[in-house]
Amino acid sequence: MISDPRPLSPHLQIYRWQLTSVLSILHRVSGVALTAGTILLVWWLIAAANGPDSFESIQWFLGSWLGLLLLFGWSVALFYHLCNGLRHLWWDTGSGLDLRSVYLSGWAVLVGTTILTIVAWIVGIAQWGP
Amino acid sequence: MAEPPLRSPHLRSPLGRAIGLGSAKEGVEHWWWQRVSSIALVPLSLWFVISVIGLAGADLDTVVTWLDNPVAAVLFVLLIAATFYHGALGLQVVIEDYVENEGTKLAALIVMKLAAFLLAALGIFAVLKLAFVP
Repeated sequence: MISDPRPLSPHLQIYRWQLTSVLSILHRVSGVALTAGTILLVWWLIAAANGPDSFESIQWFLGSWLGLLLLFGWSVALFYHLCNGLRHLWWDTGSGLDLRSVYLSGWAVLVGTTILTIVAWIVGIAQWGP
Repeated sequence: MAEPPLRSPHLRSPLGRAIGLGSAKEGVEHWWWQRVSSIALVPLSLWFVISVIGLAGADLDTVVTWLDNPVAAVLFVLLIAATFYHGALGLQVVIEDYVENEGTKLAALIVMKLAAFLLAALGIFAVLKLAFVP
């Protein structure tokens, strides 16, 4: 079928980055990252169901710098996917699809993600050190 | 080419079979359930994040006490079910978009769906086991 190896649209090498397209691919990237993160969630649950020893080791791992890095990335992905998902649901009603609204809601998603992530980690760290 | 005019291998008429399916040949089921599960996940994931923050650095007894509450246990089970359902629908589209070879695509879809069922079952069982700790 494909005889002529012409470049595929939308010519990613020469395409100018825009907020709209970046947020769109980030929605997919964060979704895939979140499904990968569910392995961590199931691992945590299985460790808890397995008894105090295995639970202590996963809690230790989650408190290590690698664990905290994974949790931080997971929280950013979750808050982004949540905020942008709400944006998608709003679009599904047929609203907010003009250029101005799309950019406004795009920035709102970024601001919302940042605020939610910062608040969650401030409260989490305060809770962690009793 | 010429199909017998008044005979069809299906009991439903060709028109009846085509209505509502559109060019994707599978209708709007996938799109619709992706939306429904996302709506369920908005409150569930917010509840989950708040709960997990409350459990930062907790020991097992605290987790068991938390899941002793039937509302927490049920919400957690629903969260796991909705998460893996929504995630499987999403990964399905990613695989369909990027895997070109039909055989590889089919294999990837089957492995992904089975893995989603496995992880969901492990997670739900663990929650129930913790919830029913005597």
